[in-house]
Amino acid sequence: MKHFAQLIQQLELSNKTNAKIAALVHYFNYADDKDKVWVIALFTGKKPKRPIKSALLKYWAIEITQTPEWLFAESYTNVGDLSETIALLLPPAENTSDLQLYQWIEDLHNLEGKDDDTKKAFILNAWNHLETQERFIFNKLISGNFRIGVSNKMLVNALAKQSSLDSAQIMHSIMGKWNPYEITFHELVNGIHVNTDNSWPYPFCLAYALEQAPESLGDITAWQAEWKWDGIRGQIIKRNGELFIWSRGEELVTEQFPELHFLVDVLPDGIVLDGEILAVQDKKVLSFSTLQQRLNRKTISKKQLEDAPIGFFVYDLLEYETHDFRTQTLSERRKILEKVIAGLGDSPVILSPVIDCSSWEELATLRQDSRSINSEGIMLKKLSSLYHSGRKRGDWWKWKINPYTVDAVMIYAQKGSGRRANFFTDYTFAVRDGENLVTIAKAYSGLTDKEIKEVNSFVTRNAIEKFGPVRTVKPELVFEIAFEGIAESKRHKAGLALRFPRILRWRKDKKAAEINTLEDLRQLLQSTL
Amino acid sequence: MALIEFTKRGIYCKQGDFYIDPWWPVDYAVTTHGHSDHVRFGNKHYLCHTLTKPIIKRRISEDLNVETLEYGESITRNGVNISFFPAGHIIGSAQVRLAYKGEICVVSGDYKIEDDGITTPFEPVKCHSFVSESTFGLPVYKWQKQEVVFNGIQNWVNDNISQQRTSVLIAYSLGKAQRLIKNLAGSVPIYVHNSIANLNEVIINAGVNLPETIRIVPEITKEALQKGIVIVPPVMRDSRWIKNLAQPVTGICSGWMQVRAHRRWQSADAGFALSDHADWNGLMEAITATGAEKVYVTHGFTAAFSRFLNEQGIEASEVLTKFGQEDDEESNVDLVAQNESKLL
Repeated sequence: MKHFAQLIQQLELSNKTNAKIAALVHYFNYADDKDKVWVIALFTGKKPKRPIKSALLKYWAIEITQTPEWLFAESYTNVGDLSETIALLLPPAENTSDLQLYQWIEDLHNLEGKDDDTKKAFILNAWNHLETQERFIFNKLISGNFRIGVSNKMLVNALAKQSSLDSAQIMHSIMGKWNPYEITFHELVNGIHVNTDNSWPYPFCLAYALEQAPESLGDITAWQAEWKWDGIRGQIIKRNGELFIWSRGEELVTEQFPELHFLVDVLPDGIVLDGEILAVQDKKVLSFSTLQQRLNRKTISKKQLEDAPIGFFVYDLLEYETHDFRTQTLSERRKILEKVIAGLGDSPVILSPVIDCSSWEELATLRQDSRSINSEGIMLKKLSSLYHSGRKRGDWWKWKINPYTVDAVMIYAQKGSGRRANFFTDYTFAVRDGENLVTIAKAYSGLTDKEIKEVNSFVTRNAIEKFGPVRTVKPELVFEIAFEGIAESKRHKAGLALRFPRILRWRKDKKAAEINTLEDLRQLLQSTL
Repeated sequence: MALIEFTKRGIYCKQGDFYIDPWWPVDYAVTTHGHSDHVRFGNKHYLCHTLTKPIIKRRISEDLNVETLEYGESITRNGVNISFFPAGHIIGSAQVRLAYKGEICVVSGDYKIEDDGITTPFEPVKCHSFVSESTFGLPVYKWQKQEVVFNGIQNWVNDNISQQRTSVLIAYSLGKAQRLIKNLAGSVPIYVHNSIANLNEVIINAGVNLPETIRIVPEITKEALQKGIVIVPPVMRDSRWIKNLAQPVTGICSGWMQVRAHRRWQSADAGFALSDHADWNGLMEAITATGAEKVYVTHGFTAAFSRFLNEQGIEASEVLTKFGQEDDEESNVDLVAQNESKLL
């Protein structure tokens, strides 16, 4: 555990990618093989078995420290993390322990099915053998996620550096289905498990936002332009007669979309398609708010199937006739993809069209109309590009249309969590509705650290009322809020909800009297329906 | 009648007609210590500890009209007996004890219990009512022994030097900087920013024994700084000057660094939980030792801490201060550093 605690500390102590990779490489050089497997599992979001509810951890910590529950809650608000709050509250440990990370995980696993007294005795004993940082990690094993700024890509780069294996191959292996209780480190990085797994998806190729003028990309004939669709990025896989649908969140969502199940009969075997899951009617893309009705549901009613029919707009071909196609160029992949989709006949699986145009100006004009077809801009892909794992600068660009904006006034503020636990960083905004202010959005990103400090000081000086962690503040600060879409909403007082609201900038030049009205937003809503 | 009341100008003793650490100009100000949120410009008279006098004269103005007391000494003003006792916060910091017709009240200012090796250690004073800070008045704030923290800092420095990185510690010019100097001296040269060097001069002239440091001047090479420890005030934190050093890494020394969220928020490379304020246990220990029947809680987690005291059977109430928010330990001192530091 000490090695792992040290690694976490080093990762937290640095903001620099290279330093983090160096710390990971160092760790992978020296740590126990069984521990390494678990570290990869934890950093990629695979949780060990959790035989104890976090509420119980909290309860036991309260009991042995004799902390009033409200004081625990205050402490938690300040710290922003339950595992850490408990680790800090407990008295110093009286012993130390040399158990490895995997041994702790196994011991926890063995608690499954035991009674609460046994579990409690184990936990209290563990707490008494671990230093604060180790305790924090131990608690996280039971109740949390390791969010310490290590992306999959960073982890893979470190593993590649340490093992001298190809990074794409490692990414492929660690994203697959594997069981950290069974697999060895060697099997994992070498991808022994991968080929045997039918459902195995590829890492998505992602694009950076285009910030420069498109002309800087050179001749337009070297590029393929497509609409950027606003849905759920997905991969459809058919191997050995089985169909799998993955979302970009690395989640298997096959069951959620029965409209696509016919593919198991019509797709050739050994194929992987990259595309976008969208609400589609008569081959037209519907708004994201329509698609939303279909997301994260355990059961789907007949009405939902009718109101929000699902389709799949296909972008790319990653595997064909069981061969990995990602090393072919985009134009080669597209040629075969067109053939495959044509073979499906009339269905909600549609080839995402290539935009036909001969100059950047022409494309820029077309882009202005993206919203009319529920697209959020244009994707630019180099015709000669291979299908990369993750984000790589240069070959793929997203050229999004500018977001909608509204000027609104801040009326509530709340302290953030995690790294922002001690500052008022979560704000609620309102627009004018006659004489009243009506809330329209909550946003907590988009300001610089310096601005946050400034707003924080405004909030502390201008708080009117206190409701738990929330402060009502004088409606004075005006912000320009950007958002991606607008939908009707019965749950919100304003009768509408904004999608992806975030602070675009602080309008210090504007007074609260100059903000937008609810009527402005209603008109916008009408125009998008 | 109570000996003190809480007014817009600050803590006021009506019987003696004086203020303690007032925020607005008054005729007679009793000053607990030299941090800017406790001593302001414009009072007609100042009463402070002997060691605080040269500090406030240097920081505010040479023209201040200052009277001093040693620890344990007292004077009487309008029948109120005023005496000073060590608060252990920074050099010259004092708890102010007021006695009037058998009633005793202690205003502690800021304090810490642990002996930091350079400040006269905190001494509990029996009283009827006690005014306590609560900067770290939550039970998650429990400090490790300073030897452990300094070992951590020393290891970090050694590691940096071996990797050709320059160690830059961020610490308040008054208090934290001298504590670091005292406890880190010996292994490698310590280079300090102007504002710290100026205060060091004042403190050494006042007779305090402080290890030798080197004032940072343009002639000092980056190579030399890389092999030593650089200490600068918070205002320098994101400065170009630091960015231009040889592979600079910054370490913040503050009690807030106890919590991961704060460490990450500060965008420093390292955080060391080293504070000149009492931790949770320290606050409880100090308050219990006073035997006070009534505790006034200021500056910090006032609501939570006073509620806890009440639940423990110690009558306590929350006092709002002008600066009384949780994060001000830093911003106030930042301000002073800004005023006094001419960037290199």
